[in-house]
Amino acid sequence: MEQILFTALLSLSLAVFGYSCYRRLALVAVGREDQRFDQPLVRFKEMLVYAFGQKRVISRPFGLNHGVIFWSFLVLALANGEFLIAGVLPGVSFSLLPEPLHRGLLFIFDCCSIATLIAVGVAAVRRVVNPPFEEARTFEAFFILSMIATLMLAYLGMNGAEIALGQKSPEGMPVSSLAAAFLLHLPLAGQLPQLPGVLWWIHALALLGFMNFLPYSKHMHILTAIPNVYLRRLGKSNTQEREEFSEGNSFGANSVDRLSWKDLLDSLSCTECGRCQNVCPAATTGKKLNPREVMHSIKENLLENGRALEKVRGDAVGEAYISLIGEGSTGGASEAALWSCTSCGACMEVCPAFIEHLPKIVKMRRHLVQMEAKFPEELLNLFENMEQRSNPWGMAPSERSKWSSQLTLRPFQAEETEYLLFVGCSGAFDARNKQVTVALTRVLDAAGVSYGVLGKEEKCCGESVRRLGNEYLFDVMAKEMVQQFRAKGVRKVITQCPHCYSTLKNDLRQYGLELEVLHHSELIKDLIGGGALKLEATAGEFGKVVFHDSCYLGRHNGVYDAPREVIREATGRAVTELGRNRDEAFCCGAGGGRMWLEEHEGTPINRNRVKEALAHNPGTICVSCPFCMTMFEDGIKEQQGSGVQVKDLAEVVAMGLKQA
Amino acid sequence: MIVVACIKQVPDTTQVQIDPVTNTLIRDGIPFIINPYDIHALEECLRLKDSHGFKTVALSMGPPNAEATLRKSLALGADRSVLLSDRVFGGADTLSTSNVIAAAIKKLAEEDEIGIVFCGKQTIDGDTAQVGPGIAVRLGYSQLTLVDRIEKIDLEAKTITVRRKLEGRYEIVEARLPAMITVVRELNRPRYPTVPMRLSSAKAQVECWSNAELKLDVNSVGLKGSPTWVSRIFSPERSEGEIVGDGMNDPVGAARLLVDRLIEGDMLAV
Repeated sequence: MEQILFTALLSLSLAVFGYSCYRRLALVAVGREDQRFDQPLVRFKEMLVYAFGQKRVISRPFGLNHGVIFWSFLVLALANGEFLIAGVLPGVSFSLLPEPLHRGLLFIFDCCSIATLIAVGVAAVRRVVNPPFEEARTFEAFFILSMIATLMLAYLGMNGAEIALGQKSPEGMPVSSLAAAFLLHLPLAGQLPQLPGVLWWIHALALLGFMNFLPYSKHMHILTAIPNVYLRRLGKSNTQEREEFSEGNSFGANSVDRLSWKDLLDSLSCTECGRCQNVCPAATTGKKLNPREVMHSIKENLLENGRALEKVRGDAVGEAYISLIGEGSTGGASEAALWSCTSCGACMEVCPAFIEHLPKIVKMRRHLVQMEAKFPEELLNLFENMEQRSNPWGMAPSERSKWSSQLTLRPFQAEETEYLLFVGCSGAFDARNKQVTVALTRVLDAAGVSYGVLGKEEKCCGESVRRLGNEYLFDVMAKEMVQQFRAKGVRKVITQCPHCYSTLKNDLRQYGLELEVLHHSELIKDLIGGGALKLEATAGEFGKVVFHDSCYLGRHNGVYDAPREVIREATGRAVTELGRNRDEAFCCGAGGGRMWLEEHEGTPINRNRVKEALAHNPGTICVSCPFCMTMFEDGIKEQQGSGVQVKDLAEVVAMGLKQA
Repeated sequence: MIVVACIKQVPDTTQVQIDPVTNTLIRDGIPFIINPYDIHALEECLRLKDSHGFKTVALSMGPPNAEATLRKSLALGADRSVLLSDRVFGGADTLSTSNVIAAAIKKLAEEDEIGIVFCGKQTIDGDTAQVGPGIAVRLGYSQLTLVDRIEKIDLEAKTITVRRKLEGRYEIVEARLPAMITVVRELNRPRYPTVPMRLSSAKAQVECWSNAELKLDVNSVGLKGSPTWVSRIFSPERSEGEIVGDGMNDPVGAARLLVDRLIEGDMLAV
């Protein structure tokens, strides 16, 4: 009788579970195309390391706790599988296996059960005492934890009761034996014989209930996170897809069907662990942006609108939907939040499920700029200046070569000069960064590097406008630049700005131009290594040097060691590392076009970072990016009397040049 | 009702240099932009289009390449753009320019009633501020210059109330429609074109009217119709600068030196 009841219940549960999963997962099909199936071997390997190996998960506090639950869950899937089968077909169980193997499995299940129970307890206490983020104390979170605990307790209790009743041998089941001893001490009197049956049903109902709760909770990630890791963007997320500018097209995304299917899968894979918001320079300094909430709003929007969009798919008939952008509605990210992003990529670097937040934010910015022409008012001048004069300040292009008025520089000439020195707008126009350009040319000259400049003909790389969502303007600028570089025969480029660096290296590739681009830190490292550059250690000049990683050099392009080695060679001492360094470095606040926007909300991001640097009592804060330079110079000025100098690494190196 | 924005294509003056030999502007390779004040004139038309449903026409007199400027006005939302271009219009001063533009507006008035003609307060290349008032006089429209706010438009009574921004004071003026208004930059914040509008404007038709359409006496337009002409253009002479002090190594000393020099030259009030 019980067997029939359970079989019916199991069948129903599986059917409902299957249907729920299908309903939710099918929604991602409303998204646009995205190629995520290339290089299967690489993807499989990454999935083993990051999903099954939990590499990113365990690298942060309480990650190991999750690892224990995850790995135990995999092992206990065997036990639960046996449990379900035995419920339908009694007698079909692991006891049919050779005895040593059977005992071994029981031992492992026993250990995994108690490990999970402890881990769940730790997770519950953590969530009460010191949650990952303020709003993490949800009913859902505690409900899930108690569900898992119930499963473990029922499993151990069931075995314990059977051992106590002498129905099962205690051999190889230390935890269940303890449970048996515990049960024997309870004043259960004659009720002990019924206990295994009761606990069996509790276990069964908890298991089937948990299964059916999954698709409707953040624990959907149990099903989606592993495929999401497999389908991740391989390599660094340092460029963004192009748009095709022909009439009739729509640009950017303001509805879920304008995002890609992978964007939508990302939203269903969010574990709500809150790591992204804890590293986000905007979220941690009191801005409206919260990367976790952006993902959540996409998921909510998908659940609200997905059904309607599914029906109209193929007919090209738009159905009324709730906008992805906008406060107040279900599934909307506020404009203020979208404009707060510095595109630093910290959220993507830390996400254990490899969710890609930045491309979604950029897609929504694209919609605002390109479809609605809605953006913070400072950007109007920026866009006009970029379009008319190809620099952010609207300076006359004829002023571009004035930084070198005291120097004699050669124009770049194909075949004759090896490198193009791409000065960049900051290096050409900004008073402080012009000094860096001069220092860099002194270093290059001392090492005998063959280089030339474009002078007045140089144009802005367009990085800021691209990150700000003005893809149309970037497209125009990029095409012009590719044409110019081809005409001039440019192949190898030196940049001092990581934003130019990343654009020339990664973005222009989309336009068919492959350049060998070196950030000055990489080139100087090679020059020192090759013996072309001889330096005198100048530690005395700079005192203790702390180094701030540029997001576009570090996280987006993986250049962490070159600047450190250069500074060590130049000063004779290793740099002092900030607490948040390398891939965990905290943005200066100027990326993603924020360089050109006022910071109205919360505390300034640069103040946060400058304070972190000053806590080390440095003599010098060393940077490798003109935007970081500006943010640190401004931040240091605020902290009056600190006496700390901000230097680009080229300046540090120039100081150590041997006087010939 | 039609609202007209008069816009002019001007060389980007921060990039203009004067040929020292011929004393003329070097126009080769210099990018052209919409006269910055005219963008505010166009913006105000577009706002009236949004709020009142008026039809917006952008009007410009210039060489054929001024079409790019008019195309931008279409991208921003103008319903129609008309380029007044003919060899006989060339070499015009402000008087003959206003003759041509006034004739074009009269032609537009044959199609629908003209409400307001907006002009920038002046152009950045000529700086005369005469064309707008010239148009008003020739058409007999009310003339409202230096407007920084439109207070009220009463279509029943056919009147408009505006605020004029003058030296140290404001003036609220009521006038009959149709009116010619020249605008200052404080009037509004110009919009940015959306990409779909840019793409559709790239293919849109910019109408071109020559004197065949306007039928003006050739002696009243172009060089022939101009009682004034530019006889010479030159940059004021500037003395060579000099580098004083050593700001890189001794900023304090350099600052002191600079202040002393400024006081010596009586350029600083102390």
